[in-house]
Amino acid sequence: MNVGHIALAALALGLSSQALSASETGDAVRGQALYASRCVGCHSIDSNRVGPAHRGVVGRRAGSVPGYEYSTALKQSKLVWTKHNLERWLANPENTIPGQKMGYRVEDAQDRADLIAFLSDP
Amino acid sequence: METTLFSRRRALTAVTSSVLSAGAITLLGGVRTAHANTAAESDIAILNVAVGLEHEGIGAYAIALKSGLLDEGTAKVAAKFQDDHKRHNDALIAAIRQLGGEPVTARTEAEYADALKVNGLKNQTDVLDLAARLELGATNAYLGVIPSFSDSALSKVAARLAADEAIHFAVLNLSLGRPFLPALAFGA
Repeated sequence: MNVGHIALAALALGLSSQALSASETGDAVRGQALYASRCVGCHSIDSNRVGPAHRGVVGRRAGSVPGYEYSTALKQSKLVWTKHNLERWLANPENTIPGQKMGYRVEDAQDRADLIAFLSDP
Repeated sequence: METTLFSRRRALTAVTSSVLSAGAITLLGGVRTAHANTAAESDIAILNVAVGLEHEGIGAYAIALKSGLLDEGTAKVAAKFQDDHKRHNDALIAAIRQLGGEPVTARTEAEYADALKVNGLKNQTDVLDLAARLELGATNAYLGVIPSFSDSALSKVAARLAADEAIHFAVLNLSLGRPFLPALAFGA
């Protein structure tokens, strides 16, 4: 194995470690700022808008907020919004629940962890 | 015509001197080639989220204009920005139909007012603050969906729409006397 391979392996290990540690150490204060900047265009904590309200999302079944018009995919999903599933969803909604309509991705693992920390107790 | 935007008053005055021009905007040039159904349906779904966003923006500015809280110059800016959102929506709806989809319809102003908690708005600053938050959210929403489109032409559309929303946010932010955002703040 040459130096380049070793470097790539180290990078991959570092990135995966970053994802695991980010999911465990989210910063809710930073998450609130991210929510205000990145999510408020479509969501509120207490109101259904372009997206459903987020209060109580952690532990809730996907597609279950009363009064919001979900995609068929979300309505039929049996997924529960655990922190792990929220992490997957925010990284790539379509891969998590094919046929969804959000489309918005949060590409940075720490950003996802911080948002989930905020959403756990907004 | 005033061209500088470095004072709050001038920021709003410069915007009001722009011309509201008529004419359709075409976002997707030419005839679409055949799409895989799933890819087209996914793109249509995301475009419809954008339509929902624009409907809400149009409704929010309508509420602001009827509130009696805006001075004349600010009301002209709000009308201009509302018109931009209407043009965005016309183009998005045309793109959805071009792809074979059906656009979502707007909610009532009363529903937007309730969802946006406008009862708490007491003065022009409150209105501008709400508008700025929504425009920042819209900018980042468009930037965030760019990688999700199966058609790169639609990704470019999202980028163009984000640029318009960013202009709206920048003017509103400046009019509130707030500092410029740091570099690379959008989408972060």
